[in-house]
Amino acid sequence: MSDDKYWDDARGDVDIASTRALSRRSVLQLAGAVTASTTIPEAFANTTPAAAPTPAAAIAAKVSFSVNGVRHSLELDPRQSLLDVMRERLELTGTKKGCNQGACGACTILVNGKRIVSCLTLAAMHSGAEITTIEGLASNGDLHPVQEAFIKHEGFQCGYCTPGQIISAVGCIAEGHAGSAEEIQFWMSGNICRCGAYPGICAAVADAAGRN
Amino acid sequence: MTMNVIGKPVARVDGRDKVTGRALYAAEFNQSNQAYAVIVNATVGLGRITGIDQAAVAKMPGVLSVLSHLNAPKLAYRPHKGSIDPKTGERLHVLQDEAVRFHGQPVALIVAETLDSAERAAAALRITYEAQRPIIDIADPDARAIVPESGRDHTRGDAEAAFANAPVNLKASYDIARENHNPMEPHATVAVWKGDKLTLWSKSQYVVNEQAEIAAIFGIPLENVQVICPFIGGAFGTSLRTWSHVTLAAMAARVTQRPVKLALTRKQMFFTTGHRPRTLQHVAIGATQDGKLTSLIHEGTGETSRYEQFSEALVASSSYLVSCPNVTTRYRLAALDTGTPVFMRGPGEASGVFALESALDELSYKLNIDPIELRRRNEPKLDEGVNKPFSSRSLIRCYDVGAERFQWLNRMPQPRSMLDGRLRIGIGVASATYPAYQAQSSARVRLLASGIAEVEVAASDMGPGTYTSMTQVAAETLGLPIDKVRFSLGRSDFPPAPSHGGSWTMASVGSAIRAACISVLEEAKKRPSTDRPLEATATTQRDAGVAGRFSMHAFGAVFAEVAIDPDVGTIRVRRALGVYGAGRIINPLLATSQCTGGMIGGIGMALMERTVLDRRDGRPVNAHMADYLMPVNLDTPKIEVQFVDEVDPHVNPLGVKGLGEIALVGMAPAIANAVFHATGKRIRRLPILLEDMLHA
Repeated sequence: MSDDKYWDDARGDVDIASTRALSRRSVLQLAGAVTASTTIPEAFANTTPAAAPTPAAAIAAKVSFSVNGVRHSLELDPRQSLLDVMRERLELTGTKKGCNQGACGACTILVNGKRIVSCLTLAAMHSGAEITTIEGLASNGDLHPVQEAFIKHEGFQCGYCTPGQIISAVGCIAEGHAGSAEEIQFWMSGNICRCGAYPGICAAVADAAGRN
Repeated sequence: MTMNVIGKPVARVDGRDKVTGRALYAAEFNQSNQAYAVIVNATVGLGRITGIDQAAVAKMPGVLSVLSHLNAPKLAYRPHKGSIDPKTGERLHVLQDEAVRFHGQPVALIVAETLDSAERAAAALRITYEAQRPIIDIADPDARAIVPESGRDHTRGDAEAAFANAPVNLKASYDIARENHNPMEPHATVAVWKGDKLTLWSKSQYVVNEQAEIAAIFGIPLENVQVICPFIGGAFGTSLRTWSHVTLAAMAARVTQRPVKLALTRKQMFFTTGHRPRTLQHVAIGATQDGKLTSLIHEGTGETSRYEQFSEALVASSSYLVSCPNVTTRYRLAALDTGTPVFMRGPGEASGVFALESALDELSYKLNIDPIELRRRNEPKLDEGVNKPFSSRSLIRCYDVGAERFQWLNRMPQPRSMLDGRLRIGIGVASATYPAYQAQSSARVRLLASGIAEVEVAASDMGPGTYTSMTQVAAETLGLPIDKVRFSLGRSDFPPAPSHGGSWTMASVGSAIRAACISVLEEAKKRPSTDRPLEATATTQRDAGVAGRFSMHAFGAVFAEVAIDPDVGTIRVRRALGVYGAGRIINPLLATSQCTGGMIGGIGMALMERTVLDRRDGRPVNAHMADYLMPVNLDTPKIEVQFVDEVDPHVNPLGVKGLGEIALVGMAPAIANAVFHATGKRIRRLPILLEDMLHA
């Protein structure tokens, strides 16, 4: 039970991942630690440096997937979310971390053509997957029609939810859920825009869907 | 004045960067050899730390450093009061002592090789406390009401006597929940020391203040700190101040001698980065039978922390929004065991106008006078609070335009009189207002031989489109096409700008850019041909003489229609209209977008948003985006925004008043007034909940 307490403290109030077949927690129980070996930090002023970390004794997961057409074979910490691997490992920072709890949609990416929130899934679960992020939508410098429509219809302000909105819109259109304004509003409601650019987002999705 | 670029619906110049993921936000400036810092927050609401088992966690894999008050560097914390900081009190000194002042206060910091290692160690760190019961409720009798040193009370005439003698009067109290800004981008800082020079890629609405504050905290020269923030993923006020996590990132980088990234979790965004304070307000109105106000008393109390006096213009608008000979406003603070609040979109006015406009609506029913007609009968000819004319005021024009557009006359005046099938329909209206500020700003313009103009200001763009609108101002003034202007912002080594808030960015930064452009053109006339780039820097502020002669505010009229399901109590806003008189509109596309967004924020304030604190320990119990409800796409009604033509030659050379705040201000009262019209239930507590609609 100590593990339950541990995760509740670490990840907030609800461990949604635990409801999945291969949860973060079960992977955690397999994984001891991380791969990095470290050096003792220089002491600064009156700071006592931390004791030397124990050498890494990790179970590293081997994962191979394709992101935006580029194949990546990675050894990674099996606890890492797909989102953190995108942002911190592959430096694909177009995918955003908004809540890290699957509630805001900023981290939406396409995995095998389906839109998912990448914060609620472990990278280790996606070997063999074809992944598309915002960086992979434009081709040869030409914006994807959804990207163009977002600019044209003011589908954003600060831009932080925008990659998730656009990827979600691509998924929404592909699912056939962009048939009416109300349908678009419903099927785009997993992506929060705190600036309130929703009317522009809806207009952009409708426009892009129409062009398809 | 004929305009070629200003006033045109120019698409965002940074649009391509934002739709391709190339726009970089603070946490995305990854550095080589970067370590990760994660904050550990206090789990008691008041007390002191009695023990921290740092050694156990320091041995965990990947951990580089564990910092707490036991071993953290003692920082200089030189006095520093930025223009955005509370004038009274002192900022939180982080990891400097064992005291816990509020739930969620940073009490330790883990620095590790990877984010996961740091998070795991942060979760494992065991801390013991000696806990006391915090006072976290503004209505708690033990909460000490204090008169803010900022002093915002206003008195004219004798409001108490006039109230007692008024033929018609009403008294009402209002309770507005604490809100958190919840921008999509969490606060984040990447800190790098090179020798004694510090670079911070940090989410900030005020980079020059962040530079000054961090220099003061670490006791190093101003020029040793550089703050960079090209993009802000929304902020709405939460990044105006430099909070403790910025200090912690710099501390971690210094201790470990590594570049360090520190990003707050969503939960941590409810602890230490400010909030719209919960407010309690009382309004008393006296009027004649024909609806002329004779007395207005508006008292309000807002939350603050025990260590700083945060104050905002909660009751200020009651001195000028309506005409009334006898007015008293009083503003008080309740010091609580909580973090210090900070300005949140439409600060003060959004809460204060809700109370006043709810009370006026209530009065209109009591008098059987149309709500718009009541505003018309109390429209002042001048700002009676300061006895000065308004530089411009288009409130009644906004009502006229809006009434026609919203088909106000089709509304049946009686409450509970409109139905759509089984749904109860209500239509409400409210005024909006916000001051038209202008602060000192500088700007630099460089004309390159290639024909490109480079414009630089340490300004910010949290979403309204500063990049685009400032490009328009420069292009207009220089007589260049848009694509010949390169506007840069978000660096503390650029000419200083004021904080990116208070709806004053265009008035302040835009005026400085315009002046610098005029100056460089004059220079060009003097030296028509030169190989060297021509450069000019200008600093502008509001003319003191003009400021002394006029009262300057933007005004608007906001309309809302709600549909309420009488069986389950759900309230849906079906359509809304905001009509604003806000001076010149630089870019109608951006302006409409900004106002639409503000109105949607107002829907959140009216119907969804509240941060709930656990009474036992001050813990925000809904500190995540699933339980802190905010409008989503499906909550968005048909929203229209209109601007009335308003030429204001006094506010500033551009004639702009600003939009960001006023866009949120009138929405919540318009919705609450619509809810009354639909149901006959006057709800004076925000957000309005389903249970408030029981038996509606």
